[in-house]
Amino acid sequence: MTQTPHLTGAVRDGCLELAAAGSWTAGHANELELLVEDVARQSTSAESATINMREIAAFDTYGAWLLERLGRAWQAHGREVHVLELPKRYEGVLAEMHATNRKTERKPTSENRLVRALETTGRTVAGLGRDLVVFVNMLGALGEALIKVLRRPRTFRLTSAVHHLDRVAWQAVPIILLITFLIGGIIAQQGFFHFRKFGADAYVVDMVGILVLREIGVLIVAIMVAGRSGSSYTAELGSMKMREEIDALRTMGVDPVEILLLPRVIALVLALPLLTFLGSMAALYGGGLVAWAYGGMAPEIFIARLREAISVTHFEVGMIKAPFMALAIGVVACSEGLKVEGSAESLGLQTTTSVVKSIFLVIVLDGLFAIFFASIGM
Amino acid sequence: MPTAASPVEPAICVRDLVVGFGDHIVLDHLSLDVHRGEILGFVGGSGSGKSVLLRTIIGLLPKRQGSIEVLGINMDEAGDRERHAIERRWGVLFQQGALFSSLTALQNVQFPMREYLDLSDRLLREIALAKLEMVGLDAGDGDKLPAELSGGMTKRVALARALALDPEIVFLDEPTSGLDPIAAGDFDELIKTLQQTLGLTVFMVTHDLESLNAVCDRVAALADGRVIAAGPMAEMLRSQHPWMNAYFQGKRAHVLARTPSRLGA
Repeated sequence: MTQTPHLTGAVRDGCLELAAAGSWTAGHANELELLVEDVARQSTSAESATINMREIAAFDTYGAWLLERLGRAWQAHGREVHVLELPKRYEGVLAEMHATNRKTERKPTSENRLVRALETTGRTVAGLGRDLVVFVNMLGALGEALIKVLRRPRTFRLTSAVHHLDRVAWQAVPIILLITFLIGGIIAQQGFFHFRKFGADAYVVDMVGILVLREIGVLIVAIMVAGRSGSSYTAELGSMKMREEIDALRTMGVDPVEILLLPRVIALVLALPLLTFLGSMAALYGGGLVAWAYGGMAPEIFIARLREAISVTHFEVGMIKAPFMALAIGVVACSEGLKVEGSAESLGLQTTTSVVKSIFLVIVLDGLFAIFFASIGM
Repeated sequence: MPTAASPVEPAICVRDLVVGFGDHIVLDHLSLDVHRGEILGFVGGSGSGKSVLLRTIIGLLPKRQGSIEVLGINMDEAGDRERHAIERRWGVLFQQGALFSSLTALQNVQFPMREYLDLSDRLLREIALAKLEMVGLDAGDGDKLPAELSGGMTKRVALARALALDPEIVFLDEPTSGLDPIAAGDFDELIKTLQQTLGLTVFMVTHDLESLNAVCDRVAALADGRVIAAGPMAEMLRSQHPWMNAYFQGKRAHVLARTPSRLGA
């Protein structure tokens, strides 16, 4: 049904006479463009040109546009162009194409690469400042909602909070236990392997105990929670924002911060200390097990050494950090979620940003706490 | 692509179609012809299965029985290659536009062209801009993302994308829903003009009595899983079927009495 397009002709009496044939359609647009370009480039002395369309087998917007383009190219050189004997049913398409692509396009202004790099840097720095404002803003909004709820406890969405607590705490228990158990075991194994060279086997217990209770336990759990629950908060809130659900709540006079964000953040703030406690215990258990199997240290000795090496202070240091980290994760997750705009891409971007930012903040917070606890002698 | 085919040759021929979900039968031995070069308006109550028929014809839903022939090819017997060739010859405008949210309007229109045709960048850009202008958009709108477009513009971009490959058949799923009467009227007119200039066959699922009256050559009505009537609008208005009466003679249909066919059939 489709035929190769043709465009052939000769100069007669100072007039270029062309005859078109074949299918001038989308399927042949590629060959057709070459054909048309070829003819357009021919520098003939002809003052005018005619294109006879009688023989064409099919014609669509692609063919029509290329014919139009050829006409325009010639007209730009001051030649007259006439299209002859175009079958009636195709006239509409050509007329339609005649009206399009009339505006001259503005070329994108090419900028200096250095300027662009500086601009990007500037925008990033300004963005950091804005992020800080957004963070403080969200913290304030949550605080306000909390005060409102404390004044009228009946308005607190207990069901929602419990539901989220189930999701971020209870359902996270198996994976948190497994990972912290393994980390505890790995620390103990590395400790034995290297400390043995100095005959300092016994101090492995000190290292495992202090490291797990003060730093690793809470840090690993916070990072896990940021990846697991922070991302899901952002995605949930983001898709609610996309589908105008949050706007709908506002119009009903319901504060989305109070009913969506507060229960989520409270659930997170409760969940993280619980998970940290469980995670730390699992890590110590893992350490103890490795000490027994790999280091040849009997469990009773491990426990006795542990009792000497660590105090409640170490445990407190770890646990105090947990709710603050949870708050940071929750605030970042919520504010990133509310930044989502229309597209699916934006949802993905904000979810990624949320996880990256909350993990970064968790580590920064950990550093600040380390300085703080060191200076108060804890 | 307008062809010299006789106007009564069916572009789509549906016979004894049965479609259901679980034990719920939506389409029950439905038969329907869409002639080449016509605009067929397909009406029916909400949830009666209009969109189901559309989605079954374009192959998004499985059928239990019956046959569907598109442009003379039985879709069941067609091999992968034939199916692909047919898919190139139709365009679909989904109810919500279904624009790819991460691509600009222009890139959305270019998407099918990139997939199916091997075009130079220049031609790709020019044709896509031409299509956007054909549906009444500005070249400047081409760089906008779907999220930045209004409802009417989204439908226009979606129509431009449906027309990207110069299809012979266009499926429109409620093209004017969610548009104000002026925008809906403009859109109807646009469909009519494009159908005439490009020689399209249009299968239009709609609720809009105004657009049925203004642009459709024929109307088919769906009730109880079957086509209960098909024919020109005037015939529909004369029908004695209770559902048809309620639909075409109801309160909201009184506008039809006042406004005779605006664009002519």
